Amino acid sequence: MKVKYFAWMKRTVGVAEEDVSPPASVTTVGELVAWLRGRSAGHAEALAAGAAFGAAVDKRTATMDVKLTGASEVAFFPPFTGG
Amino acid sequence: MTVRVQEKDFDVGAELEHLTKGKKRIGGLAVFVGLVREMHVREGYHRDRVDALTLEHYPGMTEKALEEIEAEAQRRWPIEASLIVHRFGRMEAGDRIVLVAVGSPHREAAFEACEFLVDWLKTKAPFWKLEETPAGDKWVGAHEGDDEAAARWEKK
Repeated sequence: MKVKYFAWMKRTVGVAEEDVSPPASVTTVGELVAWLRGRSAGHAEALAAGAAFGAAVDKRTATMDVKLTGASEVAFFPPFTGG
Repeated sequence: MTVRVQEKDFDVGAELEHLTKGKKRIGGLAVFVGLVREMHVREGYHRDRVDALTLEHYPGMTEKALEEIEAEAQRRWPIEASLIVHRFGRMEAGDRIVLVAVGSPHREAAFEACEFLVDWLKTKAPFWKLEETPAGDKWVGAHEGDDEAAARWEKK
C-alpha cells in the first residue's frame, strides 16, 4: 500500500510517499494512522491525535472509520487552502 | 463542462470565448478570477510583505474533486456551460490563480452556481498554499471563513 503526505506533513514525516505493509489487524484509516505513528518521531508528530489533518483513500476524501479493503493509495494532508 | 489543473497562466478572454462559442441558450455568464493577493505577515515587531506563494496539489485527486464539485453544481442549477481552471506551482502577487465561469439561461443561476463552485473548491479540492516570507517559507492555515462560506451550501 502506498502512503502519501502533503504540504507540511510531508516535511514533518520526512518523505512525500512510502510503501508500507501494515498487519492484517489494520483495517481502517484510523487504525492505519495509529500504526504509522510507530514508524518514526516524524510520523508520530505529523499524525498526532488532535493534529488537524484529513485523509483520502484512492484519491477520495475519507474519514477515519473508512475501511482500507482493496485500497492501493492512502493520503494524509492538512486542511485545504486553495482558491 | 471542463476542469483543468495546470501550471501555466490562462487567458481569461480566450477561455470565455471558447466556453460560450455556439452555446446560444446561455443568457448570462458569471465569472470569478482569483488572484494572488499581496499579503502582510507579522514577524515579531515587523510587518513584512509576502510577494509569492507556491501552490501544491494532489494530482489525480484534484481533478476528481473539482469534477465532483462541478457535477454537484449541475444537479442544483440549469447550467449550459461551466469551466474551472486552477493553477499550481509558484505565483507572484497579482498573478491569476483560478478561473471559474458558469453560463446559464438566466443570471441568478449563473451567479449562484459560480459562487457555489468557488466556495466549495476552496474547502473540498486538495490545494495547499506555501507563502514565501522574509523569515522563510510558511504553510497557510485553513481559514474559518472559508468553511462557513462552504457550509451555507450544504443541503439541510
